[in-house]
Amino acid sequence: MTTTLTDAAIEIRGVTKRFGSVQAVNGIDLTVRRGEILAFLGPNGAGKTTTIDMVLGLSTPSSGTVSVLGRAPEQAVADGMISAVMQSGGLLKDLTVRETVELTASFFPRPHPVAEVLARAGIADIGERLVGKCSGGQQQRLRFAMALVPDPELVILDEPTTGMDVEGRREFWKAIREDAARGRTIVFATHYLDEADAYADRIILIRKGELVADGTSAEIKAMATGRLVRATFPGARLPALQAIPGVESVEVRGDSVLLRGRDSDAIARHLLTKTKATDLEITSQNLEEAFLALTGDTA
Amino acid sequence: MTSTTFRGLNPTMIRIELRRVLRNRRTAIFTLIMPVVLFEIFGSGPQTDDRVGDGNVTAYILVSMAVYGAMLAATAAGASVSLERAAGWSRQLRLTPLAPAAYIASKVLSALVISGTSVAVVFAVGTTSKAQMPTATWVQTALIAWVCSMVFAAFGLFMGYLLPSENVMQALGPGLALMSFAGGLFIPLSQYNHVFRAIAKVTPVYGVGELARYPLVHDGRLAGAVVNVLAWTLLFGAGAALRFRRDTARV
Repeated sequence: MTTTLTDAAIEIRGVTKRFGSVQAVNGIDLTVRRGEILAFLGPNGAGKTTTIDMVLGLSTPSSGTVSVLGRAPEQAVADGMISAVMQSGGLLKDLTVRETVELTASFFPRPHPVAEVLARAGIADIGERLVGKCSGGQQQRLRFAMALVPDPELVILDEPTTGMDVEGRREFWKAIREDAARGRTIVFATHYLDEADAYADRIILIRKGELVADGTSAEIKAMATGRLVRATFPGARLPALQAIPGVESVEVRGDSVLLRGRDSDAIARHLLTKTKATDLEITSQNLEEAFLALTGDTA
Repeated sequence: MTSTTFRGLNPTMIRIELRRVLRNRRTAIFTLIMPVVLFEIFGSGPQTDDRVGDGNVTAYILVSMAVYGAMLAATAAGASVSLERAAGWSRQLRLTPLAPAAYIASKVLSALVISGTSVAVVFAVGTTSKAQMPTATWVQTALIAWVCSMVFAAFGLFMGYLLPSENVMQALGPGLALMSFAGGLFIPLSQYNHVFRAIAKVTPVYGVGELARYPLVHDGRLAGAVVNVLAWTLLFGAGAALRFRRDTARV
């Protein structure tokens, strides 16, 4: 095996992916550095899984290039440089936990010892359990154990905690975090902002197949905090709206106004008592709206 | 063919596959116990002491049931790809260095090990029965029954890729029984009228049964049986390969 002297764990250049008439990924450029823990954040259908599939060599880009540790994705998989924890599936119910890892290890030329992998994933105590009898969280830790078998430089996790309860999620991330401390590059897709915030060094926001933001957790969070007050307010004037106490950003869309700020009560009180605004609607900004805020797109 | 065609193929795959079969009560009963029970029922009926070729009717039925067991075992092993596709296991395997052809090879090898086990169990029970044939014939018939189960490993694979169902064997089990009747495995072809006999000769079970019983009865058209086995193996194999290629194509 040749060692490639590159700092990039993943290089994505001008990648697009089209399925029939659907443009799933629309020109992504991204470099993931070695040792980084990167969250790939976006709503369902944003193109996260499509992009991940291309990084894993499970599908090929319509245009553009993907390289993993300086080589083609399929080669990186064959070399055991990259592995993945998929969202669901990929397990045989009639195998035990240990057999599943043993079987996975048998495919690799230099696998990590099975016992150690089980321990690292926090499932050493349930090695003899049938996979079909494991909880969702345990199955997910088993997928993580399988991903650790080749001792890869890079692990991709696609929405790894979907459907897990709070306890399962915490246990899962504990195992991931302990492992990441050893310097492995981790890329995970999620639609939970709190998860990205808690575990990633860097967050990439993806929306409609495009990157819309790239920054540290703090930077992204600043963009996504606060609440949104929406009202019908014909003839509203931008400067007047901006002057309302507590308002951080303003958008006027026809007869509607969208005001963002941390103190939504104050904004609402002002609108109702001092203006002709009607039909108030206050929503806390979830991720979807954070995207809207970031892209200025009308949903 | 390059050195990477079967990359990742290893004995652990076969070992774990066998454990799965034994763990699954339904498959174990299907492939190991049912042929024995059928042999016990039909192998000790009236006139089973009559002579057939170098042995007796019980021996004739023993070989037929060994063929049936091998068929079931090989088909079930091949058809397990259906369940593994449904479970997303095939996709998971693409995240390992295991070559796709190595996966298929492991299924064929597992099928042969399991069908061999099935033949061994039926024949072991046969030694305690009144089945009677020369020692060499025991060995020859067992070996042929085993090797020819390859047809059904290919059949199982093809069906496993063709049918979406998770319970593909529930459809294939009765199908194999029908094919066994059609191919003269359960009832000798001499009992059929000439139309059904002609049809029987082109069905997939015919060749295997004829070949496996040949060392015992020294009767039947050997060349026709060989052609039958090879043709169906090729046909099922080609079908499986075609579906397999479509299944693993990257989109």
